[in-house]
This record gives sequence, C-alpha cells and structure tokens, in this order.
Amino acid sequence: MDDPTLVARWQFGFTILYHYLYPQLTMGLALLILILKSLYLRTQDDRWNRSARFWAKIFAINFVMGVVTGIPMEFQFGTNWAKFSVFAGGIIAQTLAMEGAFAFFLESAFLGLFLFGERRFGQRLHWFSAFMVWLGTWASGYFIIATNAWMQHPVGYKMTPDGTVELVDYWAVLLNPWILAQYMHAIGGAVLTAACVMSGVGAFYLLSHQHEEYGRRFVKVGVLTGLIASLFQLYPSGDWSGVQVTHRQPIKLAAMEGLFQTEQGAGIAILGQPDMQALKLDNPFVVPRALSFLTYRSWSAEIKGLDAFPRDEWPSSVPLLYYSYHIMVGLGTIMIAVMGLSVLMLWRRRLYQARWLLWCLMLMVPFPYIANSAGWMTAELGRQPWLVYGLLRTVDGASPTVSSGNIWFTLLGFAGMYAVFGMLFVLLVLREIAHGPEVGPSGPEAALGVSG
Amino acid sequence: MTTLWFVLVLFMLVMYVLLDGFDLGAGAVHVFVAKTDAERRMVLKAIGPVWDGNEVWLIAAGGTLFFAFPVLYASSFSGFYLPLMIVLWLLMMRGVSIELRSHLKHPMWATFWDAGFFVSSALLAIFFGAAAGNVIRGVPLDASGFFFEALWTNFDPTNPNPGILDWYTVLVGLLALAVLVTHGANYLVLKTEGALNARARRMALAGWAATVALTIPVTVSTFWLRPVMWANFGRAPWGAIFPLIAIGGLVGVLVCLLRHHERGALIASGAYMAGMMVSSAFALYPRVLPAVNPAHDLTIHNAATSLYGMTVGLVWWSIGMVLAAIYFVFIYRLFRGKVSPEEGHY
Repeated sequence: MDDPTLVARWQFGFTILYHYLYPQLTMGLALLILILKSLYLRTQDDRWNRSARFWAKIFAINFVMGVVTGIPMEFQFGTNWAKFSVFAGGIIAQTLAMEGAFAFFLESAFLGLFLFGERRFGQRLHWFSAFMVWLGTWASGYFIIATNAWMQHPVGYKMTPDGTVELVDYWAVLLNPWILAQYMHAIGGAVLTAACVMSGVGAFYLLSHQHEEYGRRFVKVGVLTGLIASLFQLYPSGDWSGVQVTHRQPIKLAAMEGLFQTEQGAGIAILGQPDMQALKLDNPFVVPRALSFLTYRSWSAEIKGLDAFPRDEWPSSVPLLYYSYHIMVGLGTIMIAVMGLSVLMLWRRRLYQARWLLWCLMLMVPFPYIANSAGWMTAELGRQPWLVYGLLRTVDGASPTVSSGNIWFTLLGFAGMYAVFGMLFVLLVLREIAHGPEVGPSGPEAALGVSG
Repeated sequence: MTTLWFVLVLFMLVMYVLLDGFDLGAGAVHVFVAKTDAERRMVLKAIGPVWDGNEVWLIAAGGTLFFAFPVLYASSFSGFYLPLMIVLWLLMMRGVSIELRSHLKHPMWATFWDAGFFVSSALLAIFFGAAAGNVIRGVPLDASGFFFEALWTNFDPTNPNPGILDWYTVLVGLLALAVLVTHGANYLVLKTEGALNARARRMALAGWAATVALTIPVTVSTFWLRPVMWANFGRAPWGAIFPLIAIGGLVGVLVCLLRHHERGALIASGAYMAGMMVSSAFALYPRVLPAVNPAHDLTIHNAATSLYGMTVGLVWWSIGMVLAAIYFVFIYRLFRGKVSPEEGHY
C-alpha cells in the first residue's frame, strides 16, 4: 500500500471514475435539451420550452461539477505521471491541448449565453447557444477519446534516442482507427444516461401524480432516445469495440471473457467467477461457440486464452476486469429490454398507465452510470500492465519524486471533497425535481416562463 | 520556433491572469464591498457569464505548456505537487461556491458560500503569486530534471533546499493579492452602480496603495536574490519597455480612478500585471525553470517537444485562438455594460 505507483493509480482511477459521472450526463443531456428546444421552436408549445429550461437547470449544476472535477485530470498527468508525460507528452498533449482550444472555450462561452441569455437575446440565439454547447461537449469527448486511443493503440510516432516518443504523423493520431468505435460507444453511453435520467424523472412524476403533463413528455423523449441509444451500444458501437479488442488486444479479450485456455469454437461465459489459483472459471454458465462467432464471425474460430500469453503481460487484475465487463454487458441487456418494452407500450398507448413499468424506469436511473463506469474500467484495467500499450509499462510512468505519503494525503483530500460535492449535487438536483418544470427556484427564472 | 512557443505560452498565462484575475479579485473583495445579499448577488452576476470561460485560459495554458514543453510540465507539476493540489482544491471550492449559492434561498446557505468564495479567491491569488516567486527564485532540480519541494522548510530563499513558501515567495504572493484586489475592484467599479460602485472604488484605491507599497520590496529583493535577472535587460535594452508598461499601468490606475475613468482603470491594472509578468519572463529567458544549481536549469532547449510537433501545433493553435477570440468578443459584447439587479440567474 506504500507503493507510490499503486497509490497514484488509485488516485487517478478514483478521480476519473468520479469525474465521469458528470460529463456522461452533460454530453447526453446537451443533445436532449437541443431536441426539447427544437420541439419548442417547431410546435411553439410553451411546455416544451419549459421542459428545456427545467433540464437546463439540472444541466447547469451537473456542468459545474463536471468542470471542477475535470481540472484535476489534466493536472495529474504532470503531478503523478511525470515520466509518462516526458515519454509521451509530445503526442498526448497535442490532443489534450486541442480539447482546451476547440472544446472548452466553445462550451464555456455558450453555456453562459444559454443559461443567462434567453430573455435578453431571444429564442433563435438561445437555440443556437444550446447547439453550440452540444457541439462543445461532444468535441471535448472526441479529444479525450483520441488521447485515450493513443494509449490503447499508439500510432503516428517514432522512438527517439533518449527513449521517448516523438510525433511524426499528426493526422494518424487524430484519426487513430481506435477512436471511432470507442467514441461511438462512449457517446452512446452518455446519451443512454441522459435518456434514463429523463425517463426516470418522468416516471417519478407520473407515479407520484405531480407535473404529469411534463412527466409524459419526459418519459416519451426518454424511452425513445433510450431505446435507440441502448441498441446502438449493442450494435454497431459495442460490437465494433469488441472486434477491435479481439484483433489488437487479444490478452484483454481473454481476461474480459474469463477465457483461461485457448479454445476452438470458444463459448461466452454469462456467469462464473475467475479462479486465479486454479486458473479456471468457477461455476461457469456458458453459451457454446458464441465468442468465436461474435469476434471472428465463425463458429469454430480459435480464441487465444490467457495461457497463450506470458504471465507478466496479463492485466493486473483479471477478476476485476472480468466483472467490470460482465456488469456492463448485463446492465446493457436489461436496459435494452426495459426500453424496448417501454417503447412497445408507448406505441400501444398503455405506457403511462403501466405503473410497474414506470417503477422499472425510475429505478433504472443508476444503471447507465454503473454500466459506463464498468465499461471504462474494462477498457483501462484491460490496458494494464501497460500505460501506453506495448510501449511503456505503468510502473515506469509514475513521478519519481512524489512519495506515497503525499499521494495518500491528496487522495484522501479528494475523497473528502468529492463526498461533499456528491451530497450537494444530489440535494440540489432532488430539489429541482421536487420543484418541477412549472416553477423555478428563483423569482426571475420563474418570471421567464409565462411570458416566454 | 521554441522561442515562439515560449511567447505563446506566456501569452496564454497572461490572458489567464488578466481575465480570471478580475473575477478572482472580485471574490477577494466582495465580502467587504458588497454588504447585502442583493449586492453580493450583483457581484456574482457581474462575473457569472464569464468566470468559467476565463478559467478555461488556465486549462488551455496548462495544455499548451504540456504539449510545447512536456519536460517542463512533468518536472514542475510533480515538483510542485502539494501546492498544485491545494490550488486544485481551491479552484473546485471556488467554482462550487459561485454556482451553488443561488440554488437555495437561505441566509446561512448564502453566508457559507460567500465565505467559500472569499477564502478560495484570496488564497488562490496568494498561491499563484507564490508560484511565480518560486519560478523566479529557482527550485532544487537534480541532474535528471526532477525535484520535489516541501510546502515550507526554513522560510529562507537562499536555502539550497527551499520550500514553496519562504519570505520572498510569500511577499510575491501578497503582491499578487494586492494587485488582484485592485483589478477585481476595478472590474466591479465598471460593472456596478450606487453604493457598491463607491465601495469598490475605495477598495481599488486601497489595493493600489498596497500594490505600490509591495512592488518596491519585491523588485529590490528579486534583483538582490537573483542578480542574473539583470542580464537580459543589459543584453537587450529594448526589454525595458515591459517594466515601463508596468509602471505606466500603476500610474494609470490612480489617474483613472481619480478621474472616474472606469474602463481605463481596469485596463491600467491589467497593464501593470501584464508588464510585471512579461518583465519576469523576459529576464528568465531562455530558462523556463531555473534550478538552485544553474547547471540543472530547464530551458526552452532541453524542455521542448519536437520541431514537427511545434509546427503542426502552431496551425491548430492559431485556428483555436481565433475562434476563442471570436467567442470572447461576442460574449463580452453581449454582456457589456452595468449589471441590472432584476435579471440574471444568481
């Protein structure tokens, strides 16, 4: 526990998992607010506009949390991963700096306009600012995925005599083939989060018989986008991500699937516990030959198991990786089922009366958060023991002068602050939900509504 | 090319200090110049639409520094580990304080966030100043290009193993607080009316007096501790224009405040800060992080990325900055003029 690299990993893992709870809603909600705002401009139905304004308030609280918890991420490359920064800074800092130049300036400028400018500058500019905020948040996601993609699949570089990497092909880094599937999968997950939150709040309104006019709208927009997003997570984005891992990171695939032995026509383990002593899966429940088909499109293809690789290249925690992946897939499947059923009932005009299904929608709100976090854990735990896949091991990337005691100090500090932030966030969002879309918390905001 | 990136990173840091400087300064003075809840909300409305964008300059400057000078980024961020983490916590506290205050209508809730906003803003000003002081004084870099500084050792800047805080860096920190108080108060003068405007004006004058009183010992002790800071001015006397801009700004603040030229006073306090920062960078060049042992200095030559990286970076950076400039001009024009008590979100 006093290994500085390990404590630094804990700190990075904790701060980034916590941070990503906010941007996933920001990115998804930016799209949904744009949809609500567009519906208002098309129909001139003021309730769509009030819906947009209601979600903008939750967006604003969420955005602040995302901004403040995001700053430590960029800093930590330098503070905790100094040798990695020296090694790869010439490449990954390109995409990180581009995020600042192209995404952060855009979203910060137009967010102010979007939140404060509706009455002063009119509806067209307000829609435009919603559009720009959406563009900024999604561009931000792209640059971060591009940075991560280079760590998963380094391209466009050459090694220098002093043992670092140097950029030789800018476009190769920016258009890394790894990016497409991963970006689609991350964005799809973000839209799914927003869809589940929106339908969940709508379901709560319907179940508790308040703001029902809005509850129906939230459920409708939420389940329609939720079904599209959850199916998109299965195919193409999830499927492509899987194929990509199969071809470029076969060890990660073996560990994710809990495949200890190389097999012809390998099955998919739905359940089971990786046994790291006996090197097998305990209590397996396996769909025969499915893994070979999904990865190589052939029922009898050979899949390399962990036994095909030297032990020091295995991911550092096979069980955690295995469970992360299975939790992601399991929750994804449940979300597809519930969203599919909800859309079916919506089409049959029975959804708003089906209380049991509304309960499911409401209780499903945490699922996309867990699935997205588990998905990232799958991607990053599976990258271990490499910091840059195949080029730099994690142990060789940490800061040489920062001691574990100092990292514990800051890790505990982050934990304390983030606990307080989490409570404040929940408190304030629940208050907004309790107030509902009809009235705002402050006089001027409320006055906006009727005249708008 | 490396010199160009030295200038561009400096440009972004100066932009950060000028822009976020006034909202930091506003935070450091608001509990004194804004007495009632309505007045404090006016302060938040004055910075509300812009503070987040201003802070992006810090993130963007950090990113640019990382990409142009990765060795400097790695060395300084790990060496300044503790103060940077404290700065992060203060930035978080500050952002949350600004944005959450308006969400509950309760006097205790407001008081709590007012205190958070004040404490974090004032401490950030001091820490940023102390950071600049550390860079000028030099840090204990070893032959591998890394170091680690404790928060404090014996408060003696001539110690071969100095801490982040010593009497010199604390002095620079206090100067930074004084000038940001002036700058922030100038901004509030420009954006508000009535009693708040009058109090902010008196605060700006007090800040100005403190800035003058601290600039003299800071300048004297800088050249006493680091006589090498003279060298570039001797080699290239045109560099004297930067300290002259700073002095001109200092005089300008007083003249403009006395003549009620509100916009001029804000520009003048900005000119002082820009002049001081550019003067320091001019004197440090080509060093980017001086070491206690000059053989281990980090310079633009041993800390920079590849020529190819800097060249492609110049293309997208220029496009990005033009876009950012358009957004900023657009937003500041939309929200120009005095804030009105009725509208707004805070």
